[in-house]
Amino acid sequence: MQERVFVTGIGILCAIGKNAGETLESLMAGRTGIGAITQFDTLHRGVLPLAEVKMTTEELLEATGNSGSRRFTRTALLGMIAAAEAMKSAGITDAGDCPTGLISATTVGGMDRSERFYAKFLENPSGGRLIDIVNHDCGDSTERIAGYVGIRDFVTTVSTACSSSVNALMMGSNLIRTGQLERVVVGGTDSVTRFTLNGFNTLMILDKTGCHPFDDNRAGLTLGEGAAFLVLESESRVRKEHKKVLAEVKGYGNANDAYHQTASSPDGTGAFLAMSKALEMSGIKPEEIDYINAHGTGTQNNDLSEGIALQRIFGDRVPPFSSTKGFTGHTLGAAGAVEAVISVLALLNQVRFPNPGFTTPMKELTIRPIIADDLRKDHPAGSRFHTPVRNVLSNSFGFGGNNSTVILSLTSNLS
Amino acid sequence: MNQSPVYITGLGNVSPQPATAAGSFPALPAVFESNLWRCSDPGYKEFIPAEMIRRMSRIIKMGVAAARLCLRDAGCDMPDAIITGTGLGCMEDTEKFLTSLIRNNEELLTPTSFIQSTHNTVAGQIALLLQCHSYNFTYVHRGISFESALIDAITRIRTGESSHVLAGGTDELTTNYFTITDRMGFWKRKPVDSLHLFADTTRGTVAGEGAAFFLLQNNPGGKTYARLDGITTFLDPGSFDGVTQKMDAFLQSQQTAIGDIDLVLLGMNGDPGSDGIYHFLASNRLKNTPLAYFKHLSGEYHTASSFALWLAAMILKDGRVPEIVRPESLPGTPQKQVQVPGSIRKLLIYNHFRKNNHSLILLSRP
Repeated sequence: MQERVFVTGIGILCAIGKNAGETLESLMAGRTGIGAITQFDTLHRGVLPLAEVKMTTEELLEATGNSGSRRFTRTALLGMIAAAEAMKSAGITDAGDCPTGLISATTVGGMDRSERFYAKFLENPSGGRLIDIVNHDCGDSTERIAGYVGIRDFVTTVSTACSSSVNALMMGSNLIRTGQLERVVVGGTDSVTRFTLNGFNTLMILDKTGCHPFDDNRAGLTLGEGAAFLVLESESRVRKEHKKVLAEVKGYGNANDAYHQTASSPDGTGAFLAMSKALEMSGIKPEEIDYINAHGTGTQNNDLSEGIALQRIFGDRVPPFSSTKGFTGHTLGAAGAVEAVISVLALLNQVRFPNPGFTTPMKELTIRPIIADDLRKDHPAGSRFHTPVRNVLSNSFGFGGNNSTVILSLTSNLS
Repeated sequence: MNQSPVYITGLGNVSPQPATAAGSFPALPAVFESNLWRCSDPGYKEFIPAEMIRRMSRIIKMGVAAARLCLRDAGCDMPDAIITGTGLGCMEDTEKFLTSLIRNNEELLTPTSFIQSTHNTVAGQIALLLQCHSYNFTYVHRGISFESALIDAITRIRTGESSHVLAGGTDELTTNYFTITDRMGFWKRKPVDSLHLFADTTRGTVAGEGAAFFLLQNNPGGKTYARLDGITTFLDPGSFDGVTQKMDAFLQSQQTAIGDIDLVLLGMNGDPGSDGIYHFLASNRLKNTPLAYFKHLSGEYHTASSFALWLAAMILKDGRVPEIVRPESLPGTPQKQVQVPGSIRKLLIYNHFRKNNHSLILLSRP
C-alpha cells in the first residue's frame, strides 16, 4: 500500500511576482517579467533581455533578516524566501513536528559569487576573498534554505539541468509514497549569472527580443531567475492533521532522450517517454488532461521536438497548452518548480494561462498554444478553453537528455 | 516500504590506486609526490570512442569508464536506471568556461566547456553511449551526493520501478580547486606517505578524486558482492553523542545490534580537526568492533564514500579484510587489539565530510 502525495503549500519568487498571489495576478493580467538587465554588470546589458527578480541582493538579504551579511548567495536567498512562503502556505510553524525533508534543485549554485572570486583569483592565486567561493557548490543553497525553514531530517540537492526541480518533486514524492518521510518540501532555485548568460549565448539560443515559444519565428529562449517550492505531505498526515489540500501529485515520469548532450531528438523520444510514464502512473487518460504547461523554451529545437512529442501522445486532441516562459523567463533549475506552482494556481483558480510571444503557428505542427483571445469570457461557450481544469501536465527538459513530466490534479479535501 | 533485498552485482572503480578491475586489491598503495591524488588512467580508449575522448574532461572519462567497467563486471548490457552523485560536478569544464569568460571579457567564447559543465553530464553521457532512455538522475549535495543516489536507487528497486540500477559517485580534483581549498586549510602542507596519513598530526588531509559505479539489482544475479541493507544521511548533529545516537537509531531501524557487525569502515582522513568523532566512536560505541580505513587509498573528496562502498563490496565477497586497510598497517589508527572475524558477514560504513554531512551504510554478505 503506497501513500498518496498531496500538495499542501506553495511558494514562489520570480520575475512576475514576489509570492504566489502576485504571480497569479501577473499571469491573469498578461504581464511579462522580461525586461532589461539591471541586477549585474555584463557586456550584454542593453542587448539581451532577462526575466529578473525585481529585488537587489541587498533587498533579498534584508527580506530574510540578513542585512549586511556576505554569507548568502543570490540563489540561496531566492530559495529561502520561496521555501518560507511555501511552509507558511501549508500552515507549518514547526518543521520538526514530523519527519520532514527538503529536496531542492539548482544548476548554478553560488556562481554569482564565484565569478567575483575567480576574476581576482586568476590575477593571483592568493587573490579573491574566500568567503566569495565557499558557497559555490549546489548543496550550499539547499543547506541555507534548510537552516532558514528549520528542516533537518533529510536534505539533498538535485541537479539535472533544466529538469532539476521536477526531479526534486519526483524524489520527494517517492520518499512520501514509500513511507520514508511524511512531509517533503521540494523545489528549486537559480539566479541569473554571467556564467549562464554567456553560456547560453555561445549556443546562440538567446532571443534578443524576448522568447516566443511555439512561434514559427521563434529565435531562442530568455533566461530568468527565481525560486519555487511546494510542500508535499502524505495522505495519512493530511487525514490525521485535517490539512487543507491544494492539489494531488498524480504521476510523474523521467526519461533520457539519449540523443545529444544539448539538443533534443527530432521525434521527441525523451519527451514522449517522460509524458507516457507520467500518464501511465497517474491512471489519467490523455483526454482527461485539461491543460499542459509545456517546457516551451522558445528555441527552434525544443519547441519542435516537444510539439511533435505532444502530437504523438495526444494525437489530434492535444489539450490546451502554453509555455509560461514568456512571463517568467527560463529559470533553469527552478523552472520545473516554478511551473508546478503555476500548474497548482491553474487548478486552484480554474484558469489556463496564455503563451506570451506567440503570433504565428509553427509550420511543422498542427497545434498552437493558448492565446489571450482563447481565454476571453465572450469566447464561444463550450470551448475547450472554458472547461474545468482537473488535471494539469507540466514538462521540463534539460541538457544531458534529462526529460521529466509531472501531473498535478484537483482533489476534494480529504478531511 | 517493503524491505526486499538489494544486491550489488557489479563494480567499476577508477581511483588514485592502480587497481581498477574488480576482484583485486593493491598490495601497496600508490605513491604520490604531493597531497593532490589524481586517478590513474585505466585506459580510456577501451571504454570510450576515440572521437568522444578528445572532447571529454577527466570526470566524464572517469565516470564513463567506471560505469562501463561495472556493467561489464555484472554482465549487464542495459540498466533500467542511471543515478549519479557528485559533490562538485564538472569542475574542469566549469573552470575553463569561467576563465575564458573573465579573460575574454564575455566575448568570443565557445560552447563546449559550458555544455559539459552541467552537473548531470556524466549521467547524460553514459545514457548517450548506452542509448539508455530510462530514468536518469544526478544528485549534487556535498558529502552525501553519492548517498542520495543510493537512497533513490534502493527506493526504486523496492518499489519495483527498476530492477537494474547503475548508481555511482564521481568527483574530479582540479589544480585550481586544490589551490583554493588549500588556502582554506583543507590539505596538509607537506606530502604524506599513504600508510602514515593517520599518524600525521598536522592540520588537513590529502585531496583525492574518483569514480565508482555499482549495479544494484533486486535479485542476486550471476555474481553478487554484497547485499545493501540500508543507508541514512544526516546533517551535523552538533556533538559526538549526537552521532552515536544517529548510529544507534539507524542500526535499530535495521534490526541490527552493534555486536552483529563484523567490521566498520571509517572515513578517518588524518585531519585532527575532523577525526575526533572517529576516535570517540572507536573508544566508545565501537570499542569492541573491528575497524578499517580507506581514505589513505582514495584521498578525501565529496563522493569518497563510493570508494568505501567499493571496498566494502570487495571485502564482503571475499570475506577477509585486506592488510592494507587494517589498523595494524596504519599507524595512528585506533583499535589494534580487536580480533577481526575470519569471515566478514556484516559491515557498516560511517563517513562524514568536513563534519557537516554524515552517512551510514549497512551491508551484508549475500
